[in-house]
Amino acid sequence: MTLSVTGLRVSSLVRDVSFEIGAGARVGLIGESGSGKSLTALAIMGLLPDELHASGSVRLNGHELLGSSEKDLSRRRGDELAMVFQEPMTALNPAMRVGRQVTEPGRIHGRRRSAEELLDAVGLPGTARAYPHQLSGGQRQRVVLAMALANEPSLLICDEPTTALDVTVQAQILSLIKTSLPAESALLFITHDLAVVASVCERVLVMLDGEIVEAGSTREVLTSPKHEYTRKLLDASDLEARR
Amino acid sequence: MRNLVIGGVLVGLVVLAAVLSFFWTPFDPVRVDAAHRLLGFGGSNLFGTDKFGRDLLSQIMVGARTTLYVGVVAVGIAAVIGTPLGILAGMSPRWLGEFVMRVNDLVLAFPALLLAIMFGAVFGADTLTAMVAIGIATIPSFARIARSGTLQVMSTEFVLAARAGGRSRLTIAVRHVLPNISGLLIVQASVSFAIAVLAEAALSFLGFGTRPPTPSWGRMLQESQELLTVQPRLALVPGIAIAVAVLGFNLLGDGLRDRLDPRLAARV
Repeated sequence: MTLSVTGLRVSSLVRDVSFEIGAGARVGLIGESGSGKSLTALAIMGLLPDELHASGSVRLNGHELLGSSEKDLSRRRGDELAMVFQEPMTALNPAMRVGRQVTEPGRIHGRRRSAEELLDAVGLPGTARAYPHQLSGGQRQRVVLAMALANEPSLLICDEPTTALDVTVQAQILSLIKTSLPAESALLFITHDLAVVASVCERVLVMLDGEIVEAGSTREVLTSPKHEYTRKLLDASDLEARR
Repeated sequence: MRNLVIGGVLVGLVVLAAVLSFFWTPFDPVRVDAAHRLLGFGGSNLFGTDKFGRDLLSQIMVGARTTLYVGVVAVGIAAVIGTPLGILAGMSPRWLGEFVMRVNDLVLAFPALLLAIMFGAVFGADTLTAMVAIGIATIPSFARIARSGTLQVMSTEFVLAARAGGRSRLTIAVRHVLPNISGLLIVQASVSFAIAVLAEAALSFLGFGTRPPTPSWGRMLQESQELLTVQPRLALVPGIAIAVAVLGFNLLGDGLRDRLDPRLAARV
């Protein structure tokens, strides 16, 4: 298993969350705002705010991440595990050229790839010397994705990567994630958009008030939901209308 | 861009005067000449002479050295110590940050001039001692500005993204925090520079700054007061010189900030 989370608890906001993601698996984590999706992601990354404490177990490729030293964690972050954030407008340093930001994870982890190569891979040739404010939201999210994928992580966490983008750009970013993620990499995709889950993920976890209430293959969960809440979520979405 | 050019020209003028004074001045700036006391503008002395017959232009030129020296030492000390301290306070756990800032408040509560006078009494009064004291007294303002900027930057998503990318704290401080607060620091530096020049003037007047006969703009200004009503020229010349230097550094600071911030650079 690439990632196995057992009995994860973050204060009282996330309770007894357990799931596993194997190599190459694409798993969706859905739920409404405040259900604890992002906290789960931050707990896996070891990036929880100081006042929150996580307990339980998070193992990545057999290594326990919870309680690891900051030094050990920062060696793994950006290398074995990477993350794409929701808001591309603020996820890039405004005072640093895009090319430099993209190559930074490689420099830190001792794998040098040129900025052009990395930016080409996400369809942004010739932008290495641009500053983030000169790029559109979709372009910035591509840069963020290029940074996350620079070291071919074994686990990529995407925290609502398309929520802040318009529908056409959303589709581009989604297909980019699908095509550029190495086949053996695991993906944890957080969203509240069921249509996005349907197009990206094979398995899906449904989260409500800090607990996972339903898990299963995407088809199963979306066609014959077992939990009351999942049914409500499906009713509230326009998934049927779009099909 | 206009700020940068005008600031650069004004500061350049001060630097030029200071550098030139090492090789050439119209007259010996400290030579007393009773026969040519209180000459007006024009004539053999461009800016005239003071009550001892010393040439004002020569004094201004040599005084420019003191001014630059003062600015570089005082602002340098404050920025080099205060900035890392502020960033440290902004990035470390809350208790450590609070501790650094409370110590900071302690220094801030101590009047700069009083500290300079104490230093002068202990280590002997001269320009360097005075400016080290002013520099130390200015550390808290840099630390404060740096910390507030750091807290703001640390709460942004790109710092979280940088941490998610495995950057160490030092890398984040140097590569992500510092460039994003440099605008604040430059403005603070140009304000502190003006304060340091004025403090030097005050300290020279009290006898704790530049010792006579070394010319200093601040002391020239102070010496002019007894003749202010009959010879306003004596106050005007060093006053304008101080104004030019302070304005120059302020404009230069503003211009540099606009230049260094890529979001603003696009607009100028």
